[in-house]
Amino acid sequence: MNIDSIKNGIVIDHIGAKKGMQIYEALKLKDLDCSVAIITNAKSKKMGRKDIIKIDKDIKINMDVIGFIEPNATINIVKDDKLVNKYKVNLPEKIVNIAKCQNPRCITSNEKELDQVFILTDKEKQIYRCQYCEMSLK
Amino acid sequence: MKHVIDIKDLSTEEIDELIKVAKDIINNKEKYAHKCDGKQLATLFFEPSTRTRLSFESAMLALGGEVIGFSEASSSSVSKGESVADTIRVVGAYSDIIAMRHPKEGAPLVASLKSVVPIINAGDGGHNHPTQTLTDLLTIHCEKNRLDNLTIGLCGDLKFGRTVHSLITAMSRYKNIRFVLISPKELVIPEYIKRNILDKNNIEYCETNDIEEYMDQLDVLYMTRVQKERFFNEDDYVRLKDYYILNKEKLEKAKEDLVILHPLPRVNEISTDVDDDKRACYFKQVEYGKYIRMALIMKLLEVE
Repeated sequence: MNIDSIKNGIVIDHIGAKKGMQIYEALKLKDLDCSVAIITNAKSKKMGRKDIIKIDKDIKINMDVIGFIEPNATINIVKDDKLVNKYKVNLPEKIVNIAKCQNPRCITSNEKELDQVFILTDKEKQIYRCQYCEMSLK
Repeated sequence: MKHVIDIKDLSTEEIDELIKVAKDIINNKEKYAHKCDGKQLATLFFEPSTRTRLSFESAMLALGGEVIGFSEASSSSVSKGESVADTIRVVGAYSDIIAMRHPKEGAPLVASLKSVVPIINAGDGGHNHPTQTLTDLLTIHCEKNRLDNLTIGLCGDLKFGRTVHSLITAMSRYKNIRFVLISPKELVIPEYIKRNILDKNNIEYCETNDIEEYMDQLDVLYMTRVQKERFFNEDDYVRLKDYYILNKEKLEKAKEDLVILHPLPRVNEISTDVDDDKRACYFKQVEYGKYIRMALIMKLLEVE
């Protein structure tokens, strides 16, 4: 399968298999006016299978979203057909309006205009807790 | 300006200072009778809790201050759909400090993000109740004259009991503390409390479902009520509510200077025949609650 290489843009690599669409939706990539390719279940020596997203435009993306969904992802920045920067994302310390608290007793269940804020409380186990009620994110 | 939403908002030094001031208040009530003259406390109780509200109001009145507020949401603008943030902005214009109770977890934190005056969390659902924990600490300090080198038994609902979780969090800061966690298997302490607090701080603890197994070793026994509102299944509540009933017989092997505490209200978990035992401190605990709230109000109002 051939997917055109990009001239100026971003390649999000090393996404766990089946997580590509989740990142695509969370980053709202469907709203872009450029080409976006999602490759799912690509063969990977390191991961077995992986997903890759290619965005044919140098846009500002929310790293916290990617780090939260796939902390092992790699970001590649391409300029004039050349790879100019490559880095790994990190598990964000705090995420805002990426996930929703499921605790019916949380104040966010009453007051919908509040930001949904989660804090990373256990890096090893990747546990986030709601800033307001401290319920862990499932 | 400081808010107290969670017991973790106070450092060990701040807690020790509050206890010191509260003990001084106990011995010199007159000295503090006008410390808050001209200041107003607003008690915003979005759900009823008569004893906590009266404790705050009594504390402020004993400091010479005044009290305004409401005791249930139906008598405030919340019933018209007003948000917590808006209520707090309005009340902040009328008062110098706010004590707030709310059925929704995290509501006092929301209030603190918008408030121009200090907020004290007076209980948010099953989440936090820091002034109860301060009350417990003052009681233990008054009765044992220390907060270190103690074996503390916690009995009853250790799964949902917010007072238990906060007390463990607070006591884990002190040296040589050992916990005996007594509960039926359905109500054991959550894993995250064990991992994030007990294990992380190398605190020694053991778990049992037998209230008498370690009775002879305890310095403090903290009893809790199994709360109906925490259960989705009525049958589970009925089966577990009377799992532990502390009575004179069960105290036979207990130390002479054991301190028995309960955040109240109790239902059946402490038999009334224990009330006259000199080791029963749960009614004294109520009085200590007023003094520690006085100390906290003074601290947050920065009154010397």
